[in-house]
Order: sequence, then structure tokens, then C-alpha cells
Amino acid sequence: MLLREVEYAKPASVAEALELLAANDGARALAGGQTLINVMKSRAASPDMLVDLNGLEELRGIELAGDGTLTIGAMTTYSELMASAEAKARPILGEVCATIADVQVRNRGTIGGNVCSNDPTNHLPPLMVAVGARMTIAGAAGEREVPAEDFFLGVYMSAAGPGELLTRIAIPAGKQDGFAAVTLGADGTCIANAAASMNGSLRVALGCVDAVPVLLTAESPEGVAEAVRAANLTPPFDVHASSEYRAHLAEVLATRAAQEAVAR
Amino acid sequence: MDVTVTVNGTTYERDVEPRKLLIHFLRDDLDLTGSHIGCDTGNCGACSVIFDGVLAKSCMLLAVQANGANVETVEGLGEDGELTPLQQAFNEHHALQCGYCTPGMLMSATALLRENPSPSEDEIKKALQGNICRCTGYWNILEAVKSVAK
Repeated sequence: MLLREVEYAKPASVAEALELLAANDGARALAGGQTLINVMKSRAASPDMLVDLNGLEELRGIELAGDGTLTIGAMTTYSELMASAEAKARPILGEVCATIADVQVRNRGTIGGNVCSNDPTNHLPPLMVAVGARMTIAGAAGEREVPAEDFFLGVYMSAAGPGELLTRIAIPAGKQDGFAAVTLGADGTCIANAAASMNGSLRVALGCVDAVPVLLTAESPEGVAEAVRAANLTPPFDVHASSEYRAHLAEVLATRAAQEAVAR
Repeated sequence: MDVTVTVNGTTYERDVEPRKLLIHFLRDDLDLTGSHIGCDTGNCGACSVIFDGVLAKSCMLLAVQANGANVETVEGLGEDGELTPLQQAFNEHHALQCGYCTPGMLMSATALLRENPSPSEDEIKKALQGNICRCTGYWNILEAVKSVAK
């Protein structure tokens, strides 16, 4: 498919990328391109300029601090995360990334792209909310940190606004996590998904049922289904699932994710 | 934009529009028509190439992103008209029917075997997940890859 005409810039630093994004209203950051290039083909997005973040080493890499906090650069690919010895400190991260699409997509697609595109069917938004991730956003005024539950603002919208970039994600220490999904084919698009993390009590985040992940808490896996019902979900419907069926899946998957979390 | 890209060991310099996808650059500008366009939505894997050592779908990359990159396509697999053991195995195991998906299958299996010369059956299936065979000839493709796994 021939894309609409577009300008292309490959900045040498995050500072330069931010300048380009701030100076051009129609500019969009190009991360792995595994979503953006396709929505450009369909004209669902028509940026005037692509600011290619590939090559910005300062946005890559995974660090494990002494207190167990993992810091993941936004341009880290799924494959890099899966292969990272440091990322094994929080095993759920690599496990979930291994179920995203296919090898080719995992080799190019990035952690930052997954959360910033905030497609409600993406895997990482609910996972980031459940594990209590903190997102660092850079802009003209400097850096700010936003908790994951405040990062996702709407369908395809995040707290990283125009002229800003997500630069890294910090994930606190922890191991008792779970993730469950019903997908279109093995490792396909999620019809519904849920992530859970146990840290004294359970944090459960539901995907695919609202514009942003729905965060619930429960004392134990037995209480999760009731917490989901109490959220009075009215999920979207499509050819794959009615609203009622998605709400049902949310209960089932939230319970499975919670059971996996406490069993670790 | 001026782009310098090495494809299968040959370096090319071309002037390309930023909107041109890598698959179109390979096929239309360089006349390397081995890589195919199947779905053009990133699903089918017929356009798979090895991009700086990493398997990728060339319909989700811009040609300008390949500036300075080393790209391997199906044309680069055999040397001097000799098939690679993997290509030979595809022949022997009838691992192609219409052949449209074959270039992508070969690149994905090549990338797998470089990284893991002894993949299990499950690892082969997982590695070929991004490549769709619309003839549904998966069984023989799996047999072919298995036969060259050490």
C-alpha cells in the first residue's frame, strides 16, 4: 500500500525528538511501527511527519536496581525483554510478551509503543496497571512520572500528549503475577484479558472491556468475580463477542489471572 | 531521501520517498521480487526479511529506515545457484504448494535455525507463527524444517 506523503526525521537524541514533535503539529513518533505503519496504510492515521525513535539508545535497555525495581526503556522490543536476564526478576513480563502476535512483530514492536498506542485489546496496558508500573514522560518542561492507572486516558490516548514521549517504565519488585486472555487464535488479538498482581491484596486490571484498563482490588481470588460484577461493566461488542459475553469473560479471566498470581 | 542499503551483500544507493515501504523498495526499486506482498497488513509474513540480523516484516518498515542497514532476502539464501539445506528440504518434503508464502517461510525458518539449530517441534511452530500458508500446507513445512534441525 502506498502511504500518504509523509516527512521523515531520525533524531539523534530524545531532546531533538521532543523538539521535532513540539515544532510540528502533525508529527507522530514512530516506535516499532507494528501498529502505526498499518493504520497509516488504512488512513486511520495520517501524520505529516514521522519522528523515528529507532536509533535512540537512551530509550533502550533494561536495568535492575538493588531494590528489585526494573527500569525498561520505552524502545525496548518484546524480543529484547524476553531475552533479558534482568527482566526475569518479574517473570510475567517476558511471559506475556511471548504471547504477543508473532516473532516478526515481537522483534520490532516495543514496550512503549504497546502502552502509548493504548489499543484496548493490547496486552500491556492492564499488565502495567496490575503490577503498579510508573511511566516517565519527557516533554519541553522536563520529565514527570505518572502511575500506570493514570497513564491510560482513552482509546488510543495516553498521558504522553502532543510534543511528549514516554521514555521509560519502572516496575517495582514482585513475583506473584498472573495474566489470562481469550484470543483470536493462538497469540492473536485479545477478545478479553486480565492481569493480576498479589502484594498483600490483589490488584486486578481488566482489558478489552472499557476504553482504559479497569482496576479492581480483592482480598483473594475467590472475591475477584464479585469485584468484577460490582464494576458494572458495559463492554463494547463486536463480531467476536457480545457485550454480555465479554463481561462474562472478564469475570473468568480475572479469576484465572488472580489464581495464577497467588499460586506463584 | 538518499538511502544506502546493503541487500544480500550488495550495497545500493537510491533516492526514495519516505512513504515507500521496504517491501516496495525491494521489489520495485531493486527488482528483488522474491519477497512477496500477501496481505499488506502485517499478518501474513510473505514479506519477511532479515533486517540487521533480526526477522521482520518488510511491509511494516519504511525503506528510509533501512538506511545503513543490512537486509537479507530469499534471493540471498543460496549461493552460486546452490540451494541451502533448508531450501533443499522444502523441495524434498513438498513444503510448498502454490509457493506464495515460501520466501517468508524460508526467511523465518532460516532466522530460527541460526538462533537455535536444534529447535523442538513446538519451537518450530512458534517460530513460523507469523507466516500464513493459505494452501494450509503447514505439515510439510514443519517436516522440512524438522529434517534440517540438528
